[in-house]
Amino acid sequence: MLKVSAVEKTFNPGTINEKKALKGIDLHLAEGDFVTVIGGNGAGKSTLLNMVAGVYPVDCGNIVIDGVDITHLPEYKRAKYLGRVFQDPMTGTAADMQIEENLALAARRGKRRTLLPGITAKERAEYKELLKILGLGLEERLTAKVGLLSGGQRQALTLLMATLKKPKLLLLDEHTAALDPKTAKKVLEITDEIVSKDKLTTLMITHNMNDAIQYGNRLIMMNEGRIIIDVSGEEKKKLTIPELLELFEKASGSQFTSDKVMLSK
Amino acid sequence: MEILGQLLSALPGSFSQGIIWGIMAIGVYITYRILDVADLTVDGSFATGGVVAVMLILNGCNLWLAMLIAFIAGLLAGAVTGLLHTFMGIPAILSGILTQLALYSVNLKIMGKANQSVNVNQTDLLISLRWVKEFAFHNPIITVGVVLIVLIALLYWFFGTEMGCSIRATGANLNMSRAQGINTNFNKVLGIMLSNGFVAFSGAFLAQYQGFADIKMGQGAIVIGLAAVIIGEALFGKIFKNFALRLLSVAFGSVIYYIVIQTVITLGMDPNLLKLLSAAIVAIFLAIPYWKSQYAEKHMRKHKGGACNA
Repeated sequence: MLKVSAVEKTFNPGTINEKKALKGIDLHLAEGDFVTVIGGNGAGKSTLLNMVAGVYPVDCGNIVIDGVDITHLPEYKRAKYLGRVFQDPMTGTAADMQIEENLALAARRGKRRTLLPGITAKERAEYKELLKILGLGLEERLTAKVGLLSGGQRQALTLLMATLKKPKLLLLDEHTAALDPKTAKKVLEITDEIVSKDKLTTLMITHNMNDAIQYGNRLIMMNEGRIIIDVSGEEKKKLTIPELLELFEKASGSQFTSDKVMLSK
Repeated sequence: MEILGQLLSALPGSFSQGIIWGIMAIGVYITYRILDVADLTVDGSFATGGVVAVMLILNGCNLWLAMLIAFIAGLLAGAVTGLLHTFMGIPAILSGILTQLALYSVNLKIMGKANQSVNVNQTDLLISLRWVKEFAFHNPIITVGVVLIVLIALLYWFFGTEMGCSIRATGANLNMSRAQGINTNFNKVLGIMLSNGFVAFSGAFLAQYQGFADIKMGQGAIVIGLAAVIIGEALFGKIFKNFALRLLSVAFGSVIYYIVIQTVITLGMDPNLLKLLSAAIVAIFLAIPYWKSQYAEKHMRKHKGGACNA
């Protein structure tokens, strides 16, 4: 479904701030793969996701989704194939617009936007049903401004928006990192539910080792711009945190020292 | 008593000017509030609208057609600013200033000199300040009022369409918009075009109202537009939630602005100080939301006490 081949990215090349963010990434995702991505700060996780989403251009290599080469497509054109949820709950939704308007915008992803009504009565009924599934009471607040919602509610809504039109690939960029543990758990459960119900191919960055092990059918770990661990199937199911750390040490030749990741296990 | 009489007799005039500028203020609302861009093109495109309309009318063009062409001239001015900003990567404010400066020459070229008059005795006009106290359709308050309602209805419809919603989303959240497949650069250009179309349309009305187009007629237009937006929001923001009503409140804001200005002049203020006064009022109103947030933060800190050391 997703085929990332030999992608490299250097930020601020030729300057004192030069940062080799990705040093040759090869990653193939089969249809229906739910891959969790873990790694320390600066490992290149978010950069990888942003490359796929088209936030910045790649230096070299190419990215193919479902047979379509999207390497040089602008961000808004790739959106047709992608559903995205961001780390910051403010990023994924328009605060000044109503819940139903946000959903209606997402329902038209990948479609030419015409002079037809921006939202129809039929859609409103559909959104109401979909929001009920979230179990957050949002179905009664269709016309409320999204800015009035909590971070967790906004992330759940963004998730719904990202999957409203079944994307070829769902990109989750630490989408529970800004939430309190209880809300984060709830949003993750909703995520898992939606992903397995729609059999979505998913790439989920997390800083939580437990989550990385618990969710998905495949786990990759990144370090200094490279994928150093890639486990799937039975092997991943049986994985424990100490084993994962051991794998990391073996693969990278160093101790795993990201505070954020260690603290949140 | 005498002053009150003067004020009342000047009221229809200020009211007319207020709604004419109200159309321009709605244009400013589109960029400033919906698109979240401060567009300074308007000082130039307002005059362009007036200049184009007057020259066409002098050459015997149909009046409503002249208005339409003035609107299109505004769209083009907006397109220039929009492309400077998106295609050439120039900050929005600077793009607007560049277009505004360029339009000064363009406007001069269209007119051939610094001003051109259309005499209502010799040429048929849609509105004129001579008719402010007549009870007829060509009374500016009635003509412009009706046009204003039609324009608000059109905008209400447009911003409810798929395309209109995507423009609102572009102004609300760029990242989200792109993630939802919206071409944000295209939408910015479109929004700035639409805004300047309205501004030029308003300029075309004002030129007929005052009987001439002048190279400086748009000077400070952005400030008047912002004043109208801010006054409208301050006075009606709590009661007008609907989008169409919010546009209407912007027009009301403009009318109130002109009545206040007329009042202070009648009360004996030096008209030369007008622009200083306008700028000061707008500056203070723009500062209020900032001051409010600062105050709220301070207040919170006080109540938390030494919690920061924990």
